[in-house]
Amino acid sequence: MIPELGQVSLALAFCLALGITFFGLAGAALRRPVWLGALNSLVIGQFVFMALAFLALTQAFLTDDFSVAYVANNSNSLLPWYYKFSAVWGAHEGSFLLWVLIMAGWTLAVAVRGRHLPGDFLGRVLGVMGLLNIGFLAFLIWTSNPFERLVPMTPADGADLNPLLQDFGLIVHPPMLYMGYVGFSVAFAFAVAALLSGRLDATWARWSRPWSNVAWAFLTLGIGLGSWWAYYELGWGGWWFWDPVENASFMPWLAGTALIHSLAVTEKRGTFKSWTLLLAITTFSLSLLGAFIVRSGVLTSVHAFAVDPTRGLFILAFLVLVVGGSLLLYGLRATTMRSRVGYTLFSREAFLLVNNILLVVAMAVVLLGTLYPLAYEAATGGDKVSIGPPYFNRLFVPLMLLLSVALGLAPLVQWKRTRSDRLRRDLRWMVPGALAAGVGVPLVVSGAVPWQAAAAFGLAVWVLLAHAADLVRRARPGLRRVPLAYWGMSLAHVGFAVTLIGVSMTSVLSVEEDLRMSPGQTSELGYLSVRFDGVSNRQGPNFVAQRGDFLITEGNRQYRLYPEKRRYLARGNVMTEAAISPGLMRDVYMSLGEPLDNGDWAVRMQLKPYVRWIWLGSLIMALGGALAVLDARYRRLRQRFAAPAGAAPAPELSGTPLPGEAR
Amino acid sequence: MSRASLFIPISVFALIIGVGWIGFSLNDPHELPSALLGKPFPDFEAPRLHEPDQRVSRDDLLGEPVLVNVWATWCPTCAAEHDELLRIRDETGLRIVGVNYKDDAAKARRWLEAYGNPYDLIIQDPDGSLGVELGVYGAPESFLLDRAGTIVYKRVGDINPRIWRDELRPALMQVMDG
Repeated sequence: MIPELGQVSLALAFCLALGITFFGLAGAALRRPVWLGALNSLVIGQFVFMALAFLALTQAFLTDDFSVAYVANNSNSLLPWYYKFSAVWGAHEGSFLLWVLIMAGWTLAVAVRGRHLPGDFLGRVLGVMGLLNIGFLAFLIWTSNPFERLVPMTPADGADLNPLLQDFGLIVHPPMLYMGYVGFSVAFAFAVAALLSGRLDATWARWSRPWSNVAWAFLTLGIGLGSWWAYYELGWGGWWFWDPVENASFMPWLAGTALIHSLAVTEKRGTFKSWTLLLAITTFSLSLLGAFIVRSGVLTSVHAFAVDPTRGLFILAFLVLVVGGSLLLYGLRATTMRSRVGYTLFSREAFLLVNNILLVVAMAVVLLGTLYPLAYEAATGGDKVSIGPPYFNRLFVPLMLLLSVALGLAPLVQWKRTRSDRLRRDLRWMVPGALAAGVGVPLVVSGAVPWQAAAAFGLAVWVLLAHAADLVRRARPGLRRVPLAYWGMSLAHVGFAVTLIGVSMTSVLSVEEDLRMSPGQTSELGYLSVRFDGVSNRQGPNFVAQRGDFLITEGNRQYRLYPEKRRYLARGNVMTEAAISPGLMRDVYMSLGEPLDNGDWAVRMQLKPYVRWIWLGSLIMALGGALAVLDARYRRLRQRFAAPAGAAPAPELSGTPLPGEAR
Repeated sequence: MSRASLFIPISVFALIIGVGWIGFSLNDPHELPSALLGKPFPDFEAPRLHEPDQRVSRDDLLGEPVLVNVWATWCPTCAAEHDELLRIRDETGLRIVGVNYKDDAAKARRWLEAYGNPYDLIIQDPDGSLGVELGVYGAPESFLLDRAGTIVYKRVGDINPRIWRDELRPALMQVMDG
C-alpha cells in the first residue's frame, strides 16, 4: 500500500510541476499577480509530495518489502539498517528519486529566500525550475519507476546492495554531489529568467551569486568525497582515475568555478555580462550531460547504472531541448553591447579573465577526452578505444600550474588597475619565497628535486604567501573589519593550494610494492618495515572474509593492519577491503591480493605521503564557498529588496504599472 | 562583436549533437584510412619491456607476418581485447608484438602476469614517441605487417572475434598467400 502512495505522490508532484511552470512563466509574461501568488503553495506542495515519495521508498527498504522490484534488487534482509537506508539511492531509480527530491528542495529554497526579488522575475525563475522538474519527473515516472512491484512473484530475499556501495562514503557522496549538480539549476534558471525578462544588467548576477557559491561548495565536497571513497574502497589506492563518470562531475565543477568568478566580475564591475550568462547555461548543461553519461549506460565504469536505451534516448532528447532551447534564447536575447568599463593588463578583471579562459580550456580538454571514445564507438558501430590518464595528465597538469601562477597574483591586483610599485614590492619577496620552497621542501623530504614536485609545491607556496600577505594588509584596521566574503575567497584559494600540495607530493613521493609474502616474512616499504603474520577467517554480517595480519614498524611505533578479502554471500562477489593507517603526513595502505601456494599471498603495500591533503583541500575549498555566502552583504541585500514593512510578501511586478485586473 | 557571434554557442552545440547523431545512426563501420597503409613500418629503436638493457629495432619485426598491438595498463579496452589476442596466438601461432604505450614498465609487467602474455616481444614506448610515428589516436591499436615489414592492415580500437573473422584473418590470409 505504501509504495502505491509513493507512486501517487510522484504523480501529484508532476502535476504541481506543470502548475509551477505555467503559473510562473505565463504569470510573468501576462502580468498576472494572482497567478504568481499561487506559486508559493505549489512549490511547497511539490516538495511535500516528493518528500512523501522518498519516505515511502525508504520505508520499503527499512521494512524489507521485497515485493518492490527496486528493493529486491538492491537490498537484503541481512543488510545493516544504515545501509538499507542509503541503499535507497544505491542504484538508478532511487538515486534519481533523490535527485528530483533535491530539485524540489532547491525550488522551495528559491521560493522562500527569493521573496525580495521582483515578482515577475521570481516567477520566471521558478517557472524554469518547474520546467526542468517536469522533465525529471517524467523521466522518473515513465522510464525509471522505483515503486514497480514484483507481484505475484515476490522473492523471499533481496539480491543485496552492491558490496562496493556498502560503505559510509556512499551514504554521503551522492547526496552532496546531487546538491551540487542540481544546485546549478538555480544559476541556470536565473540566467534564463534574465534572458526572458531582458534584465541583463548586473542585478541577476548579484541575485544568483550566493546560489552558485552554495552549489559549487556542495559539488566540491561531493567530488572530494567521491575521490576519498574510491581511494579506500576500490582497493588499489588510486584517488582519481579520469574515469568518464568522474569527468562527468569534474566538468561542471570546472565550468562552475569559472562561473562563480565571472559572476563576481559581472556583479562588481558590470562587465563579462553575456559571458557569465553563457557560463551559467554551460555549467548546468554539463550537469545534465553528466546525468546522461552515467544513466544511459553509454560508458562503462564503476558508476554505471543498468543499461536501458530508452533512458538514454529520453535524457538525450531532454538535453537537446534544455541546452538547445537556452542557447537559442541566449543567441536571440543576450546583448553584444561592449561595456564602457575599461581595465588594464594588471587588473583583477584581466586576471579573472585569465582564470576563466584556463578553466574553460581545462573543461574542454576533459570534455574532448571523455567524449572521444564515445564518438569513436558511434562512428565505427561499436568499436572501442580508450583515452587514458597520459592524455589528461599531459594537458591538464600544465593548465592547472598556469592557473596557480595567476591565482597567486589574484589577491595582489586590484579592480581596473594596480599600482605597479605596490605589485613590485610584493613580488620582490614572494618570488624568492616560492622558489625556495619549491626547491627546498622536496629536497629535504625526498633528497631529490623532481621538477613536477618543485613546480607544484613552489606554486602552492606562492598562492599561500600571496593570500597571507593580502590578509595581513586587509586586517590592519582590525580583523573584524575583514568581510566574510573575503575570508571565504581566501579560504577557497588556500584549499586549492592544499590540494595542489597533496596531489604533487603523493604522485612524486609515493612508494608502492607488490610482492609475494610468506607468513612470518618481513619486508621494507620506504622507511617502514612490514611483517606478514598470516591470514585468518572472519565472519561478517553478510559476508565471510579472509583477513591478513600485518605488523608495521614505523620508527619506534608499532601497529597492526588487517586488510581483507571479502566474499559477499547474497551475490557471491569478492571484494578487496584495504586496511589503511591514515595520517596527515602519510597513509600506509595495505591490500591483500590473491592467495598463492604454500600459504603465501600476493600483497600490495603503499606508502602515500600527503594524500590526505587532497581531500583536506577540497573540504577547505567547500568551506570557503559556504563562508562567502554568509557575508552580511547578502543579508543587507535581502533587506533592501524586501517588501515594505507591514505588507505581506505580495508579488511585486517590476517596470510598468499593473493592468487593472481584479484580485 | 557582432550580433551573429551570440549564435556561436548554439552552433557548437548543434554541431556536437549533429556529429553524435550521424555517428549513432551509421551502422557501417567507417574506418579512417591510415596514411601508413602500404608503407613500411617506421624505423625505431627502443628498449624491451622485460629486458630494458636490450634494444630492439625494425629489423626484429621482419621475417614472418606479425601483429603489432599498441596497449597500456590504463586502457580498459586493452584488457577487454586481451583474451582475443591470447586466443589468436594459441590457435594460429601468429606472432604478436606489443608496444607498451605511455605506460609504467613495472605496472605493465605486473599486468601481464595477471592477465597472461600473448606477446612474443614487447617494445617499451613510455613517452609515446613510437606512437606518434604510428599516428596512434588512443589505445588499443593494431597493425598487421607482412614478412618485409610493410603495414598491410591497421585497426583502431579493440580486436574482437568479429574483427578477427571479417578483417584481420582475411588480411592475414592474403599476406600468407602473397
